[in-house]
Amino acid sequence: MKIGIPKEIHPGEKRVATTPEAAEQIIKLGFSVLVESGAGLAANISDEAYKEVGVEIVDNAKTLWKSADIVMKVRAPEQHPELALDEIDMLSEGGRLISFIWPAQNEELMQKLAAKNATVLAMDSVPRMSRAQKLDALSSMANIAGYRAVIEAAQHFGRFFTGQITAAGKIPPAKVLVIGAGVAGLAAIGTAKSMGAIVRAFDTRPEVKEQIESMDAEFLMLDFKEEGSGTGGYAKTMSKEFIEAEMALFARQAMEVDIIITTALIPGKPAPKLITEGMVKSMKPGSIIVDLAAEQGGNCALTEKDQVVVKHDVTIIGYSNLPSRLANQSSQLYATNLRHLLTELCPEKNGTINVNMDDEVIRGTTVIKEGKITWPPPPPKLSAAPAPQTEAPAYSAAQEQQKPSVIKQFMPLVIAGLVLFGIGSVAPASFMTHFTVFVLACFIGYQVIWNVSASLHTPLMSVTNAISGIIVIGALVQVSAQDQNISILAGLAILIASINIAGGFLVTRRMLEMFRK
Amino acid sequence: MSHSLVTMSYIVATILFIFSLSGLSNQETARKGNYYGMLGMAIAIIATALSASVTSYAILMVALLIGGAIGARAALKVEMTQMPELVAIMHSLVGMAAVLVGYANFMDSSISLVGVEKNIHEIEIYIGILIGAVTFSGSVIAFCKLSERISGKPLLLPGRHWLNLCLLVAAIVLGWMFLQQTENGGGSLPLWIMTGIALVFGIHMVMAIGGADMPVVVSMLNSYSGWAAAATGFMLSNDLLIVTGALVGSSGAILSYIMCRAMNRNFISVIAGGFGTGSGGEAAVVEGEVTPISAEETAQLLLDAKNIMIIPGYGMAVAQAQHTVNEITKLLRDKGKKVGFGIHPVAGRMPGHMNVLLAEAKVPYDIVYEMDEVNEDWAHVDVSIVIGANDIVNPSALDDPNSPIAGMPVLECWKGETTVVLKRSMASGYAGVGNPLFVLENTRMLFGDANATMQAVLKALKG
Repeated sequence: MKIGIPKEIHPGEKRVATTPEAAEQIIKLGFSVLVESGAGLAANISDEAYKEVGVEIVDNAKTLWKSADIVMKVRAPEQHPELALDEIDMLSEGGRLISFIWPAQNEELMQKLAAKNATVLAMDSVPRMSRAQKLDALSSMANIAGYRAVIEAAQHFGRFFTGQITAAGKIPPAKVLVIGAGVAGLAAIGTAKSMGAIVRAFDTRPEVKEQIESMDAEFLMLDFKEEGSGTGGYAKTMSKEFIEAEMALFARQAMEVDIIITTALIPGKPAPKLITEGMVKSMKPGSIIVDLAAEQGGNCALTEKDQVVVKHDVTIIGYSNLPSRLANQSSQLYATNLRHLLTELCPEKNGTINVNMDDEVIRGTTVIKEGKITWPPPPPKLSAAPAPQTEAPAYSAAQEQQKPSVIKQFMPLVIAGLVLFGIGSVAPASFMTHFTVFVLACFIGYQVIWNVSASLHTPLMSVTNAISGIIVIGALVQVSAQDQNISILAGLAILIASINIAGGFLVTRRMLEMFRK
Repeated sequence: MSHSLVTMSYIVATILFIFSLSGLSNQETARKGNYYGMLGMAIAIIATALSASVTSYAILMVALLIGGAIGARAALKVEMTQMPELVAIMHSLVGMAAVLVGYANFMDSSISLVGVEKNIHEIEIYIGILIGAVTFSGSVIAFCKLSERISGKPLLLPGRHWLNLCLLVAAIVLGWMFLQQTENGGGSLPLWIMTGIALVFGIHMVMAIGGADMPVVVSMLNSYSGWAAAATGFMLSNDLLIVTGALVGSSGAILSYIMCRAMNRNFISVIAGGFGTGSGGEAAVVEGEVTPISAEETAQLLLDAKNIMIIPGYGMAVAQAQHTVNEITKLLRDKGKKVGFGIHPVAGRMPGHMNVLLAEAKVPYDIVYEMDEVNEDWAHVDVSIVIGANDIVNPSALDDPNSPIAGMPVLECWKGETTVVLKRSMASGYAGVGNPLFVLENTRMLFGDANATMQAVLKALKG
């Protein structure tokens, strides 16, 4: 099948849906890849780089859309500014499209695609489960957005992030507050922390406290008990009392911190307004707010989408295209997400895709199948739930075993005692002297061997092997017997035992020579 | 040489052997210990050869030289990965020598003992041959299993415990018959039959033991070979043989005990064979998906890490990857990273197998740690690489009471940041146990032959 990658047409969109590295892997799956000329330029990828790995470059968008069996994009289809044509119209009847769709917000688009009998997989609808992590484009883009948010803040912030004491005076470290510790929030925390800032973070979900603290940031506790975790790892809307307590906390923090990065989103709803105009006013002059929720209306009351505005001496950054501002990196990650999706779709590596609706990941991602809208998917089954284990019987069995163990412990001693007594009562003196030697030697062996280092167990075995060749002595004293047969047997025994002696000692020597500091 | 002088030499030899074993307590003194052993052996042989009872030097010299040459050749030729096989075959030689000496002693009519002393002497011969024969056939089977001449899977005959019991009873009955017949100067027939039974017993015993239990078997046979020598000593009234045999016997017994403890297995249940057959409920089924990783990504992971732990297993020995591993270790250490090796006591097919392989590849021994030393430090490990190991890094040993390896102490590498597992394919380990480690979120699977993939990682690290 042919996979077509058109140039992105959304204003300011610099990403591209595949990179040469990803394309190479996709070709290995049996697909052929077509890329519109200049598609990767904005992400610093030349047409030549694509050509090198065997990608076909197509001159114009129309031809590409027509000849591709599967179209992979970043943004959802929209009106083409140069061709005065909607991308949907270029999609062939019954074609396949993989891109961000946002089906909840784009009902009209969904209807149009369905009318085309298309099969559409939405990268924003990948179910949140551990198996699907490798194709979770939302996470990989959020990671970049979080990083970039800090960089944007640093650019507009008039000071250092890290604290320093210099000859010219003391520089206090910047204080950063991150609201919402999802993927983007955590990425922002990590970036700000590594630049030397003091980072605080807040989230309504108490389980992320550990993650925040693992990144050396301070988790702001709210003295209020309410569980904020919704389904699928997202947050839910909180009660009025909770929000009031939360707002009071933000108001206190706003007066203290220099930079606020907000990432709070509730799926399918406008972003919660967390930073009021009053809070912005209370911030120190020169402070920064980066609002990652600008696309969904913004967490800050004063945010303007895609704009940087200065209000009450506070710079408010409302870029909604932060991943695109790191076009090469985000293209790479997005392309890898797409490649993983194709691997899922094409398990036989034969270059054809199979939209298997029994597969939970593919089912969740597919929003339109052959003209039928299949969104929203049924709620995901939690495969991670551990199978119940039958611990109880195993425990009782262990207890049962313990009881007779007292008898078990003493039985050998009793038996050994009886045996010794039995031997002692009949054995002659000559045997007993040998027996004494034997028992004492066993104890010496016991004492000596426990001190042997575990790393030398193999040399220990080979050296004991050599030493047990001492049996040669037994053969030596017999070799001179009158009986021919005895001599032969003894001679053979000498031969065999001396193999052991020579072999054992030499191989031990060889091994020990190798142990070097 | 007078009898007293010979005895004195034996005492010296005994002391030297004890020094030899105690020298192995650490690497610095180990080499000296080995030389003590050689010296002790030389003194013992020369003193015996010069004693009054030895006259036929021709056979003696020829046998010693041929045997010595064969042994030396084997010692210098053997690959370090084949050490378990060599050790196993050498055990069988001791067993065979014990059998031969026992028969020679039985045929020797010059010994004139009467009454209880005679009976005890006959019992000593009988037991010496019995242990020798079991050691011999058991070691041969162990050798075949280790060198994969026969399958490593346990052979479980129906009613095998009854079979073993019958063989034991038969051996005792035959022993009684043997004693009766020797009264009249006969007894060779029961002795022959018993030898046959002992051989069958040895074969059956080792056949029933699975490959994962091989370290126990090898050390157990080591112990047997010692007891065989001790029994021969009793038979010949030779204290040197008794002491040395007892030293070797207890050494092997302790090693078996250490190995059993490292697998949380009862010694009796290992010997009885049939791995995991007695466990209670169903073990939890491993579910989830593995996350593969490429060699290049692994190299990047290593370059980003500060603290790296390598866990070698039998797979490293099979793939002969230890030299590549050492090169990677050197490279990473030159880059200022902390690299260590975590060795599980039963990694490989013989006690201390991994240590020898790493030493062969010139990995410095002071960065090779034992399980207990590393298990506390996993929180500080950034990347751990598991090379061809499975059961020794299986979390279900700790948290699934129904797992066949439940309770076995394991290397808890999953507590580190990331674990990279090198594996040929998604097959379960020797114990046939699924491993939930592979599907953990912080585990990455690097598929392929261990040596080939390590080479690729090395190349990526250099490039």
